[in-house]
Amino acid sequence: MNSDKVEKHILSLMVENQPGVLARIAGLFSGRGFNIESLCVAETIDPDVSRITLVTVGDLAVTEQIKKQLNKLVNVIKVFDFTDTPHVHREMALLKIHARPETRAEILRMVDIFRSRVVDVGADYYTVEVTGDEDKITAFLNLLKPMGIKEIARTGAIALAREKTKGGQNGKN
Amino acid sequence: MTKMTGVQILFQALQEEGVTTIFGYPGGAVLDIYNELPKTDIKHILVRHEQGAVHAADAYARASGGVGVCLVTSGPGATNTVTGIASAYMDSVPVVVLTGQVPRHLIGNDAFQEVDIVGITRPCTKHNYLVTDIKDIARIIKEAFHIARSGRPGPVLIDLPKDLMTMTAEYKPLKAVSLRSYRPTYNPNLKQLDKVIKLIKSARKPMILAGGGVLLSKGSDALTAFAKKTNMPVAATLMGLGVFPTKSRLWLGMIGMHGTYRANMSSGECDLLIAIGVRFDDRVTGKIDVFAKKATIVHVDIDPTSIQKNVPVAIPVVGDCRITLELLNELLDKEDPATIHRQRRAWLDQIEEWKNTKPLAYEQKDEIKPQYVIEKLYELTKGDAIITTEVGQNQMWTAQYYNFDRPNCFITSGGLGVMGFGLPAAIGAQLARPDKLVVDIAGDGSIQMNIQEMATAVQYGLPIKVAILNNQYLGMVRQWQEMFYDKRYSHTDMQFAPDFVKLAEAYGAVGLRAVKPEEVEPVLKEGLFNKKTVIMDFQVEREEKVYPMVPAGAPITDMLLV
Repeated sequence: MNSDKVEKHILSLMVENQPGVLARIAGLFSGRGFNIESLCVAETIDPDVSRITLVTVGDLAVTEQIKKQLNKLVNVIKVFDFTDTPHVHREMALLKIHARPETRAEILRMVDIFRSRVVDVGADYYTVEVTGDEDKITAFLNLLKPMGIKEIARTGAIALAREKTKGGQNGKN
Repeated sequence: MTKMTGVQILFQALQEEGVTTIFGYPGGAVLDIYNELPKTDIKHILVRHEQGAVHAADAYARASGGVGVCLVTSGPGATNTVTGIASAYMDSVPVVVLTGQVPRHLIGNDAFQEVDIVGITRPCTKHNYLVTDIKDIARIIKEAFHIARSGRPGPVLIDLPKDLMTMTAEYKPLKAVSLRSYRPTYNPNLKQLDKVIKLIKSARKPMILAGGGVLLSKGSDALTAFAKKTNMPVAATLMGLGVFPTKSRLWLGMIGMHGTYRANMSSGECDLLIAIGVRFDDRVTGKIDVFAKKATIVHVDIDPTSIQKNVPVAIPVVGDCRITLELLNELLDKEDPATIHRQRRAWLDQIEEWKNTKPLAYEQKDEIKPQYVIEKLYELTKGDAIITTEVGQNQMWTAQYYNFDRPNCFITSGGLGVMGFGLPAAIGAQLARPDKLVVDIAGDGSIQMNIQEMATAVQYGLPIKVAILNNQYLGMVRQWQEMFYDKRYSHTDMQFAPDFVKLAEAYGAVGLRAVKPEEVEPVLKEGLFNKKTVIMDFQVEREEKVYPMVPAGAPITDMLLV
């Protein structure tokens, strides 16, 4: 087993929707020297429960310890690691791009190719919304960089497991 | 249904949890609580510093087997508890800390004596609460005690805003606690236990390492039976001392930085290490990547995060130590004893040789040796005393020379290593066990860290004994300076100290002093059998060191013996 390999893990935590829970989780990571690459929190359909999607990196020993420590927190109901289970994950980014007369058409072409949308237009900029996995967003960013990106906001990953029902697309992103 | 005030609900809920004693210190934010306190049956012990309240509650919990409770005010009262809470957290002691808080409408305004104690103690409590609704008080108290005492025990803090205390609400007693997100695993996976039995049968050089978890689960009888059935030698961590009869030929002694030669060597040579209720602290393992290198490691612990945290484990077993040991004993009863004991003689002979050639040793010459004081104390008490310690050399000599041969008699700040722990701990232990002789073995440095608690001991007529091993140094730090820092005794010389005999008298206690070796026994006799609070000042050889010793970061088999 390659236990020293540093891997990215998408963890999905079901937590009690109470004040201080996020602080407990963030404090656990900072206090024990674990990494958080991104973090998303929102209520689920049960208003007493929130889902936290958290991307972390570490070798097997570290990520196992992270999951155990998270499970140990009294307000954490369940911890899922999506790394080895079929799942879908998405991230959204909003980009404000310099739009000069000579680049406007090119930007719109990119927006089209990446199935993204222009959500705000100004005299010299477009604000574009793009969703996808991290690679797609990074690729989109890289292509638009030469046009000049004024500002960017990324959500970090959110994810859900696929279910084992017929007709599902197990294993595909 | 009756309407009650917040503070009445609080006391009702506390009494339903069986609370009879609270250690505390009043202040502005808890005035309403203190106003109600005399109307209840709860005995309140007024400490002289809030840190003392938590250490006393910690020792009370350990000596009674219950939950220790303390009550302090907001702001500085709350921050003063942090050291005690962190110590209880590292040593897995069930303590409930009630802190006052400013009224809700002032929270966040930097009000007088306001501090975010829930934020401050988040990383050093098992769980904590800020109560924001009077309707939650009863439930939170119930949950807090449940969380503190179940699973791997630990401290729980409840922050109580002042305005809630005088409001009124209906009180409904709660029956049981149900927390969907907190369900400790008590019963181990039986498949794992079968693997353990298989390993025991094939091992030639097995050993058991028992820790505080065995004591917390009240598993020392099960452990002793397990060791006898398997003919396996037993070492204990500092927190595990008292878990196994020390007269047994299977007893290895304490392991670690100041462990016995045979315990440390056994860990280096064993082919099977069954670790139960330990967490592989660095003071136990030494250089981690060579620790128990030849062994297959089985690790039993109720806390999954303890397993695979520091050392790689072949067979993890998540479960209560006592339950796991009892199940293992049942499985062993089905086996043929001959197959379990096979070929242990060479291993046990080797251990016997280590024991005989490199025992714990010191030489009592002209000046009093601290080890001698502890050996004499053991002789005179016949081991039938609760011993608390401060931290440093006094703690290590106590661990080495007071032959802890029964559970729950040794109360020390193991994980956090808090100087100033022993005196308030002795107070807590004495209140939990009025029938027992309680002795704090102290150093001259650490006793001064919570010396104010002498007033508490005398006020409540607690006949605790403080034995100061007085070398006029911060001895352990001095020892490291001597050995690893070119004898540059930077700020460890404490010759400027109070006269401890006069200090005892100033507090209304009895003060005794021994300067020569022949005075040790008479002073101990006079002190121990006195019915009052006593300080015994033993002026010991100044530069005596704790041996054996493993330098920090070295393998624990690389021991400095003298």
